[in-house]
Amino acid sequence: MSLLTPEPGLLFWMLISFGITVFVLAKFGFPAILKSVEKRKNYIEESLLAARKAHEELAGIKETGEAILAQARKEQADILKEAALKREMMMEKAREEARLESEKLVASARRQIGAEKEEALRSIRNEAATLSLTLAERILREKLGTEQEQKKMIDRLFNEMDISKS
Amino acid sequence: MMKRALYISGLSLILFLMVSPVWSATQDDTKEELNAKEFITEHLADSYEWQIVSDGTKHIAIPLPVILHSKSTGWHIFPSSHFHHGANSYKGFKIASEGEYKGKIVETDVKGNISRPLDLSLTKNAASLLFASLLIILIIMGVARSMKRDPMKPRKGFTGLIEMLVLSINDEVIKPSIGKDYQRYAPYLLTVFFFIFTNNLLGLIPVFPGGANVTGNIAVTLILAVATFLIVNLTGTKEYYKEILWPDVPTWLKVPIPLMPIVEIVGTLTKPFALMIRLFANMMAGHSIVLGLTMLIFITASMGMAINTSMTVLSVIFTVFIDLVELFIAYIQAYVFTLLSAVFIGLARIESYFEKKKAVETEKVA
Repeated sequence: MSLLTPEPGLLFWMLISFGITVFVLAKFGFPAILKSVEKRKNYIEESLLAARKAHEELAGIKETGEAILAQARKEQADILKEAALKREMMMEKAREEARLESEKLVASARRQIGAEKEEALRSIRNEAATLSLTLAERILREKLGTEQEQKKMIDRLFNEMDISKS
Repeated sequence: MMKRALYISGLSLILFLMVSPVWSATQDDTKEELNAKEFITEHLADSYEWQIVSDGTKHIAIPLPVILHSKSTGWHIFPSSHFHHGANSYKGFKIASEGEYKGKIVETDVKGNISRPLDLSLTKNAASLLFASLLIILIIMGVARSMKRDPMKPRKGFTGLIEMLVLSINDEVIKPSIGKDYQRYAPYLLTVFFFIFTNNLLGLIPVFPGGANVTGNIAVTLILAVATFLIVNLTGTKEYYKEILWPDVPTWLKVPIPLMPIVEIVGTLTKPFALMIRLFANMMAGHSIVLGLTMLIFITASMGMAINTSMTVLSVIFTVFIDLVELFIAYIQAYVFTLLSAVFIGLARIESYFEKKKAVETEKVA
C-alpha cells in the first residue's frame, strides 16, 4: 500500500512549492486581479449612472431649448407686428405732412399768381391808357390839322354849349 | 468545410500514430509478458527520473537530483542517472526492486541491513510540482500585471480566460460559501483552485513536462488538506470554537465524558481528511483507467492479430473518451476542493444566533 503512505521527501517539496505559490499569489497575484476587477466594476457602474444622468440632462436641455425657441418665435412675431404697425403709422404721418405741405405750396402759388395777374392787369391798363391817349392825340392832330377844321370844331363845340344852356 | 476536413485528417493521423507502435510490439513475441498491475502501479508511483521513452532496450530519461541523508554517512546529492534505471547501486544506495521499500532508495550498510535513509530527492512528482508552481505563478502574475497596468481594458484571449476563471470561482464559489468577509480568504482559495487545476491538467499530458501523477499522490493532497484545516481552524469565530468544545446539547452529553466535544473534534478532522482522499482517489483512479485502457493493447498482443487490432481501436477510442472525461474531472476536482474549503471556512465563520439577531435589529433601527 505504498500509494497510501505519504513520502516525506514529496511532503517536503510539496510544502515548499505550495507554500511559495500561496505566498506569491495570495499576496501579489490574486488581490491585484480582484482589485482591478472591482475597480472596473465600479467604473462601469459609475459610467452607467453618468450616462443615464447625461441622458436625462440632455432631455431637459432639449425641452428648455424648445421652450426658448418657441418664445423667441413669439417675440419675433410680436416685433414684426409692431414694426408693421409703426411703419403704417409713419407712412400715414408722412402722407399727411406731404398733403399739408403741398396744400400750402398750392395756396402760396395761387396767391402769387393772383398778385401777378393784378400787376399784369394794372400794367396792361396803364399801357392801354397811354396807348389810347397817344392814339387820341394822333387822331386829334390828324383831324384838327387845318384851320377850317379847327373852326368847325370850335363852332360845333359852341353849338353844343348853347344847346345845353338853353 | 476545409477546416473540418483538416481536423478530421489530423485526428486520424494522431489515432494512427497512437496505434502504430502496437504492431512493432506484436511482432516481438519473444518479449516477456507485461504484468499489467505492476506496470500501472509503477506509473502511478513516483520515480527518481523523468522517463521520456523506454522500450526495454533503449531508455531515455531526464535525470533528477537525488538528495539523501543517511544516519551513518551524512548528506548525499547526486543525479539519479547513477542508478541506470534501477540497475546499479551507488555509494551503498540502490533502488529496491522488491520488499517493503519497493521502488524507493534504500541503504545497505556494512552488515547487510537494509534501511531507508531520509529521502528528500527531487523526484518526478516534486519536479513536476515545482514546474507547475512556476507556471502558475508566471501566468497569474502576468495576468495581474496586465490588469494592473490598464484595469479598464476588456480582456481577450488567454488573459480573458484566466480572468473569467478567477471571477467565476470568486463570485460563484467563494462569495456565497463564506459570506461576509470572503475577501480575506479569496486569494488563498483561488490559489488552491489554480494549483490543483494546473497540476491536474499537467498530469493529463502524457509526455514531458506533464505526466506526473501529482494530484493523485497522497502527500500532495495531504499538504493541501492540512493547509485548509489550518485556515479553517485558526481563523474561526468564537462561536465556532464554542460549538465544538461546548455545544448546545444536554449537559450529560458533555460533562462526565465529553462525548459531543469528541464527536465535534473528530468532525473537524474528517472534513479535511475527506478533501484529501477525494482528490487523491479521483485523480489516481483517472490515471489508472487511462493506463489500464492503454494496457489493453499490450495484454491482447499475444492473442492474435484480429483481436489485437480490434482491441487497439477500442482502446484508443475509450482512452480518448476517458481523457475527455478526465479533462472535465480536472476542473471538477479543483472546483470541488475549492468549494468545500470555502464551505468549511464559511462554517467556521458562523456568528452566534443572538448576535446575528441583534445585528439585524440594529440595522433595522438604523
